[in-house]
Amino acid sequence: MNLSALFFYLFSTIVVASAFMVIASRNPVHSVLFLILAFVNAAGLFVLVGAEFLAMILIVVYVGAVAVLFLFVVMMLDVDFAELRQGFLQYLPVGAIVGFIFLTELLLIVGTWITGAGAAGAIRSPIPPASEVTNTQAIGRVLYTTYVHYFELAGLVLLVAMIGAIVLTLQHKTQAKRQNVSAQNARTKASAIEIRKVRRGQGI
Amino acid sequence: MTIGLSHYLTVGAILFTLGILGIFLNRKNVIVILMSIELILLAVNINLVAFSAFLGDIVGQIYALIVLTVAAAEAAIGLAILVVFYRNRGSIAVEDINLMKG
Repeated sequence: MNLSALFFYLFSTIVVASAFMVIASRNPVHSVLFLILAFVNAAGLFVLVGAEFLAMILIVVYVGAVAVLFLFVVMMLDVDFAELRQGFLQYLPVGAIVGFIFLTELLLIVGTWITGAGAAGAIRSPIPPASEVTNTQAIGRVLYTTYVHYFELAGLVLLVAMIGAIVLTLQHKTQAKRQNVSAQNARTKASAIEIRKVRRGQGI
Repeated sequence: MTIGLSHYLTVGAILFTLGILGIFLNRKNVIVILMSIELILLAVNINLVAFSAFLGDIVGQIYALIVLTVAAAEAAIGLAILVVFYRNRGSIAVEDINLMKG
């Protein structure tokens, strides 16, 4: 067994085990931490297969942004998670049956996979040899030319998601006192100062 | 024994099934359901990258990038909805999300 096979089995075992712990652990904080472990090891799988750029993006985006977002939300919400765990075993039999059938079907399809004869001719943009062009450059050459519309669409999706998240969670407090700059600037001497004559021995 | 396409597809299939099982079993906790969706999208990404590498076509990695974008957007929107729902109802149990059943 060579070294790459060893690392494949290492990474894939940890991915599957931590994915199992994501859905099985009692504490959602532990679930998020196992999700981070799964993502990091999936990035290892990507590196093994030669997709270095996607591996780094996976770590930056998923571990750096998405998982931390999950962690924030889990810690912000003050929920009794022990209560939420009740009824876990209630759905276990039907879930196990559906999962087993699904996994068996998928493995039957995947295990007997044979690449068709026409697949080599259908390749749109072949990967250049790694000794000449790095993976990042190869992706950039295709992403910014042929697939630039998909790239822009992805940016639009992120923009809409950002606006949507802000609109959903922003709440205006009516009691909060805010500075009104235009009202401050519009003040004149006449509106700001009131002059009164005060008689001696009497108040206003 | 060399590592071929089938090995990566098997890992993807197991991850996908675990994600579906997570949605089935955690019927009360929306956060774990969102994490299961992330697992499913990760399995899809593994499949796309494996096909891209073993067929020698880089378009699969482009699509994996698009899927990654959509997954990030979905997590942000889903968690925002979750926070708003918790603010209104004081609970994140799936069984309590029944205000719109008409």
